[in-house]
Parts: sequence; structure tokens; C-alpha cells
Amino acid sequence: MVDRITVEVARYRPEKEAEPSFQAYEVPCRKDWVILDGLNHIKDHLDGTLSYRWSCRMGVCGSCGMTVNGEPKLTCATFLADYAPGPLRVEPLRNFPIIRDVIVDIDDFMQKLSAVKPWLIRDAEKPLAEGEYRQTPAQLDEYKQFSMCINCMLCYSACPVYGLDPEFIGPAAIALAQRYNLDSRDQGARQRDEVLSKHEGIWSCTFVGECTKVCPKHVDPAGAIQRYKLSSAMGSVKDFLMPWRGK
Amino acid sequence: MSTERNRYTEFRPRWYRPKMSTWWWLKRWSSLAFILRELSSIFIAWFIYFFLRLVHALGRGDAAYREFLAWAASPGIVVLNGITFAFVLFHAVTWFNLAPQAMVVHLGGKRLPGALIAGANYAAWVVATALVLWIVSR
Amino acid sequence: MVASHDVVLVGGGGAGLRAAIAIAEANPRLSVAVVSKVYPMRSHTVSAEGGAAGVIRADDSLDEHCYDTISGGDWLSDQDAVEAFVKEAPEELLRLEHWGCPWSREPDGRIGVRPFGGMKKMRTWYAADKTGFHMLHALFQTSLKYRAVARYDEWFVTKLLVDDGRVQGVVAIELRSGRIQPILAKATILCTGGCGRVFPFTTNATIKTGDGMALAYRAGAPLKDMEFMQYHPTGLPFTGILITEAARAEGGWLLNKDGYRYLQDYDLGKPTPKPVLRSMELGPRDRLSQVFVKEMEKGRTIDTPYGPVVNLDLRHLGERVINTKLPFVRELCLKYQNIDPIKEMIPVRPVVHYMMGGVHTDIHGATPLPGLYAAGEVACVSINGANRLGSNSLPELLVFGARAGRAAAEYASSQKEPGPAVVAQAEDERRRLVHDLLQRTDGRERIATVRDAMQKTMEESAGIYRSGPGLAKAADRLGELEEQARRIGLDDHSRTFNTELVTALELQFMVEVARTMVGSALKREESRGAHQRIDFPKRDDQRFLAHSLCRRAADGSCRIEYLPVTITRWPPGERVYGR
Repeated sequence: MVDRITVEVARYRPEKEAEPSFQAYEVPCRKDWVILDGLNHIKDHLDGTLSYRWSCRMGVCGSCGMTVNGEPKLTCATFLADYAPGPLRVEPLRNFPIIRDVIVDIDDFMQKLSAVKPWLIRDAEKPLAEGEYRQTPAQLDEYKQFSMCINCMLCYSACPVYGLDPEFIGPAAIALAQRYNLDSRDQGARQRDEVLSKHEGIWSCTFVGECTKVCPKHVDPAGAIQRYKLSSAMGSVKDFLMPWRGK
Repeated sequence: MSTERNRYTEFRPRWYRPKMSTWWWLKRWSSLAFILRELSSIFIAWFIYFFLRLVHALGRGDAAYREFLAWAASPGIVVLNGITFAFVLFHAVTWFNLAPQAMVVHLGGKRLPGALIAGANYAAWVVATALVLWIVSR
Repeated sequence: MVASHDVVLVGGGGAGLRAAIAIAEANPRLSVAVVSKVYPMRSHTVSAEGGAAGVIRADDSLDEHCYDTISGGDWLSDQDAVEAFVKEAPEELLRLEHWGCPWSREPDGRIGVRPFGGMKKMRTWYAADKTGFHMLHALFQTSLKYRAVARYDEWFVTKLLVDDGRVQGVVAIELRSGRIQPILAKATILCTGGCGRVFPFTTNATIKTGDGMALAYRAGAPLKDMEFMQYHPTGLPFTGILITEAARAEGGWLLNKDGYRYLQDYDLGKPTPKPVLRSMELGPRDRLSQVFVKEMEKGRTIDTPYGPVVNLDLRHLGERVINTKLPFVRELCLKYQNIDPIKEMIPVRPVVHYMMGGVHTDIHGATPLPGLYAAGEVACVSINGANRLGSNSLPELLVFGARAGRAAAEYASSQKEPGPAVVAQAEDERRRLVHDLLQRTDGRERIATVRDAMQKTMEESAGIYRSGPGLAKAADRLGELEEQARRIGLDDHSRTFNTELVTALELQFMVEVARTMVGSALKREESRGAHQRIDFPKRDDQRFLAHSLCRRAADGSCRIEYLPVTITRWPPGERVYGR
């Protein structure tokens, strides 16, 4: 005898309706089923019209973020049984335009990602023949945490600042900029600063801290932003006291 | 926006853009805490104003100082200062808790644990408070 | 609407992104389009864990890497391709270092390497146990630098456009709008990955449905060595989540139900406390997966609700090694298996992992169809032969992604614009999709039913061990299933992000690919690498030291021919591990 649980999924069919509504489905609530297994059960056996994104179902591709009972979650890493006896509510991630059902538009993030120049910037490239840039394990540790972001968008969904002001560059993009700024091989911090120090950059962040709490990969974007604020403020002070410092 | 523009036309996605409710910050403790923290700036401003008035009164001599004390003891100001004290405390505590995330301190090649950085902030606070108490009670 | 580019890439994973960058660097004037059914950073390269092989240490040599790869592939690899691959792999990995990939390091700051299965020397570069994730993100983020690279994120390709004997682009569905349109190109590169999803129990993401293989096959390009599907010996039961070979390379043991390191009974070496290269747990994946079945037949595996398992024991490695070298393994075990590998053993069983075969290409990534190129798991060059060695696939997608990119760029520079004939073809395809699938209301079959039947058929007949009669039966069954897949009835007739439509098309691709796998397996009457026939248990170099080439006949059946293996310096010999 398998327990069952009711899943209320947000539906939005733009061709037929002007705004979203909820549709309830009953699915088996097995011990090792994640929410995504429940959605797949619906799609396979109950209603083929339900649309959602997923791929790796092991918490690394970042596709299946949704709002579960009000919290942003990776549905492949959140177990149905934790919500027993239910019902549980599955909605699209917050703060994004909804394309259909629980699928949201993340183009805005994709543009912001490019804007922070998330690639290694060097004054002069080292020829391949000269081998690798040396980097000690301690230097690697400096930025490693910020390199673990899977772009799942849970942090944008949790961030009220992004919700209120879509111009805000946002947690993941700033964390990624910091990932390169803190990389001992990189020399692009000044270039990235132009974007990060703008009003829509770090200074929009009022440290709600939710982004860090919801991050499934422990990236700590809130920490990345606060660290950048500190170093940016110190930089301004130094520039003021020592105007001859290199631009 | 007119309904005309909102109607679905083939091959043009019609996004639904949810609005944030006015009361979004009441839904979770963390957002409430965030709003309270933003709000605390008003009380900190009041505290600074109150403090400047105190200094100003002191500078103008005994009578002015007594007048100030009487004003400060009025029930409205006491209540306001009580609330202000709570907010200032809240602001200080959240600020100290934030410190480890903004600061990365290395000592002897090792990264100091966050608790230690926050701890150092609290310790400095206690020392400063003790110093003030000592000066006041001397 | 008609879009047009110089080169179109189908697939935005490791191979696709590497190819895109190669083209942008080879000729910045060319316009490149990456068409992918998911955002590039969602591609399955992201799930690769253990590492990427490339000779870098002084005690190692290119020849040794060649030999390991060739013997690991049971002498079915083309040795000219392997030599090119082994030579360019370290360069490519180094280039990725220069692009910011956070490789794990030695204390002095040099690149760190770890041992890996079937490799005689330590030559596997790694980024903890999220190597694929870091490589993919480094490639994707670096690709953002190149303005010439246009992206079609979440576009699903349904057909290759062929006219005048050459491929001139694709037809694709823009998922968010449902618009179906041609994307024309002078050259097209397939980088769509493998087809693990034709099996029920796989490490592969749901997106790995053999799209590129089916697209090429339908367009007339042959598929090569499709009978060789790799089982990885250590997947978590139920989910099929991969527990990387690095877990054994760091010193993990495989134990049967008696706590006995059973590999020693199967000519894989003697147990030692520390891992020995090319021995025991560091044997090749095909042998380890086959040995599991033997052990199961002896009744020495552990029964669970999700099938028989053995234990992977990491406890003796200690907390520090597990947390620094295998943090993702621990995270996955805690999350999905509810066990902590520091204190408990991990239940594992063989799981479908990697397709050695694929679209037939030369060492430049070119298929026999002019204008069509392929790289990565979708392609078969072949360097992997009958069994791929762990940590060879990541450098493969770099080396051959770059090669295919350069070759396609050169080809595209000399071609004229695609003609109007292909635009008309695209219109036919659009009509087919709308009438036969999207608007069809008399479809009787449900996607899940046909898919489950296909997966069951494949597992029963084309698993680790195969037999002639079983394969013949499966071939018939797949014929029926292909018919059923054509009669799919959709619940969803809408345009906007119709994932059911995509799933139906993927299913049709998969059944097509499954048929080539079974067809090729039926014809190969020998046992070699990952292809084990119980009715032909020996390797037969007289008849089968050759690649199978599968071509689609007019009636949809597959015709098999053979192509001799290229041997340069390593004549076929015995595969020896642990002695």
C-alpha cells in the first residue's frame, strides 16, 4: 500500500487563459521519490499537458528550480515525503515572467551573466607552451566556493530586491564576478568593477541574506556581495587618499 | 495595458508577470527582519538628533540642561527612546552577525572562522560599553 | 522566417561550445549559431565527475596513453585517431586552464592528476569530483566573450536539411513560441551527446535521447559501432546516479555480500590495501560490469527492492580524503541514498553510462555526408573502440570539438549560400510536425507506454550480456514500437513550450537509435569490450576486427557493413589487467 499525496501545480496556458490557476493531482508518495518524480508521474500518466524543465535529476544542471510551498527549491533534490501528508504547492520561481505553467523566462539573467564578464581576463595571455598558471590549493580555495553556482535561479527567486527592481544585477551574477575577481589568474577586476559598482550592482543589495539561505550549492552569494562592498569601499577610500594610484 | 495587447497571438509568447504583493515582507521572518532593519535607520537618525540636542543643551549651561532633562523624561520621549533602543540594538546585532560574511581574515595562512570575527566584534562592543560605564560611574 | 548562418552547431554542451570557440577563433568573420534544446549550462557534460585524461607528468608518455586507450577499447579503436587524440588532449586541457577551469592542484600550484580505471599512469586531471561541471561552465562563460557566437537556447532540432548531396542547415522549434523554422547553414555540426535514455536504468540526463544520431541517420549518414553501450559499474540503485570511478581511484573497494573483494576471482589482480593502476578496482568498466553479473549468478550480490547490488566501501579513506577529493560523491549519497560514505558503504550496481558508437566521422569530425560534422558522444571517430576508458570522454569532446569546429569553418568558407530547395523542405517538415503530431487527434499511443516498452526491450536483450535469439526478438519488437511511436497521441496541442511534443519527437529518435543498436549487436557474432554475446563468447579478429556501419534502408530497417579498423603501431593482443 503506497501513500498518496496531493500536488497542487500552478498552471498557466497563455493561449487560453490570462492568468495562472492551480490544478490538483494525486500522486504516489514513495519514500525515495523527489518532487520531480511526482511531476513526471503526472506528465506520464495523468496529464501530458503539464510543462516544466528538468534534465540531470542529480542537482547539478540547475534546470528544475520551482517554488515549493512558498520556498524556492530544486525539485530533483527535494523529497515528496517531506511534505506528507500534503497537499503541497508547486509554483514557478518568483520574480520572473512566466512563460507557461512552471516555466519562467530567465533571459534577463543570461544577459546579466554576460555583463559581469565571467571569463578570465589577462593583461597578456601566457602562451600554452609555457604551461599552466600556477595556483596553490590555498589560492584555489579563495574562489572555489563561488565557482560552484549552477545557475538554478533560486537566489533570484528569493531576493526581494530583484523582485522590486529588476535592474539589480542579482546574487548569482555578482557571485560569479567575485569568482573571477578572487581567482589568482585573473586581472579583470577593474573591468568588472564598472558594472558591479553601479547603482544596480552591489549597492542595490540591502543584505536580506535569503539568497545564501536558499542556495542548494552553498555558494553564499550574499557573502560575495558584502565582501565586494567592503573591498569596493576600501578601494574608493584609497583612491581618495592616494589619487596617484593606478587607474 | 489594454486587453488587446494582452491577447495571445500565435508564436508570440504571452508572459504572465506576477506582481509582488504590498505585504510581501510580512510573509517570512527574514523579509520582516530585512524591513525592520531598513526601518531602523529612522530611529538611528532620531537617536543622533537626540544626542546632538543633549550636547547642545550641555553647552548652553545648567538651566538649558535641566530643561532638556525634563523634556527627555516626558512619557512620549521615553517611549520613543525605548523603541529606539530596541532598534539600535537590533541594528548592531545584525551588523555584527553580518561582519564574517563581508570580511575574510587570514591568519597564518588559514582563514579565520566566521564565529571568531563576529565574536571579536561583540567583544569590542562589550569593552566599549564597559569603558563608557566606567567613565560615567567614576 | 528563415535564419541563416555560416555554421550551425546542434547542441551546446562541451563539444558544441568548444567547437563554437574554435570557429570564432579560426575565422572571426564567420557567423556561428549554437542551437540547443536546453540552456548550454544545463547540458549533460555538467554531470561528468571524475576527470579528464591528458599526459602531463614526466614519468608518463603519449604512447602509454595510446596503449591504455587501445587495449581498453579491445583493439577496436582507430589508432591514428587515438594518436591524434592523445597528443592534443594535454594541450586542450591546458587551454581550459587558461580559460579559468578550476583544476585541482598540487601543493606547489601545478595541475594535480589522479589515477583512473584502465590507465597505467596517473594522468587524469580533475576539479574535485565535479570536473564536467567546471569544464562546461568555464567553456560556456568563455564562449560569452565571442560576439560571433549566436545562441538559440531552447530550440529543438527536428530535421537536417539536405539538398544537392550536402547538409545545409536544420529545421528547429523555438520552444517558447512554438514557431517552427529553418536555420540555414553552410556547415552543420552535431554535438548532441549520447542516447543512454533508450535504457531504463542510466546515469544519463533526460535530455540524452540520441537526437543527433537519429538526425544524421535519417539524413543518410551511417552510424558506427552502435552495439557498444558502456555500463558503468557503480551507479546508485533506483536513481542510477553515477558514483564516479574516482571513488575507486582514490582507494575505494568493491565488496560482495560477504564483504569480499570479489574482483580478485576474475583475473583482475590481487587485492592490495593501496590502489594499483590497471588492477582490481582500477580495471576497465566493461570488465567490472561483466564481473558483477557473474557474481550475481553465483548468488553473492545483495538483493534490494531496486535489484541486486554490491557495496562500494570508502570508509577507510577517511573524512579528509572524502571531503577534499570526493565531496560530490558524499553530497549525492547523503541526499539520494541517505547514507554517509565516511561511515557507511555505498550500494552500487552497473548502470548504462556511455555510447561508444555514434555518427561515423573521420579524425577531423567530418561525416561522409558533405557539410555534416559531429563531435563528442554523438560521434564515433573512433578512439573509444569497444569500451571507453574513464576520463577519456572529456578530453575527447575538447579535442574533436575543436577539430570539427576548425574543419567546418574551413568548409563553410568555401561554400555558397544554401538554396531555396531547403527552405521548401523545411516547409514540408513544418507541415509534418503540425499535422502528424501537434494537431493530430486520432493518435492512440501514450508516450510513456511506448517508452517503457522500448526501455524494457533494450534492457532485456541488449544489456551487459546478449544472445542472438534475444536480439532477434528485440529487433522485431522495436519494429512494432517504431510503428506505435508514429501513432502517438498528444494531450497537448498548444504551441507555447510544448514539452510533450518534444518528448514525442525524442521518443521517435530513441526508437530509431535503439533499432540500430540491436541491429548492429545482432550482426556482431563475437564478444568484444562492452559487447558480450553468450552465444559467441570469444573475440573474433578474423571476422570482426572492424567497425560496424549502420545505414538506414528505404524501408526503415538498418543495413550493416563493416569498415576495417586502422592499426598503426599496436597489433591486437590480449587485454591484461592486474598481472
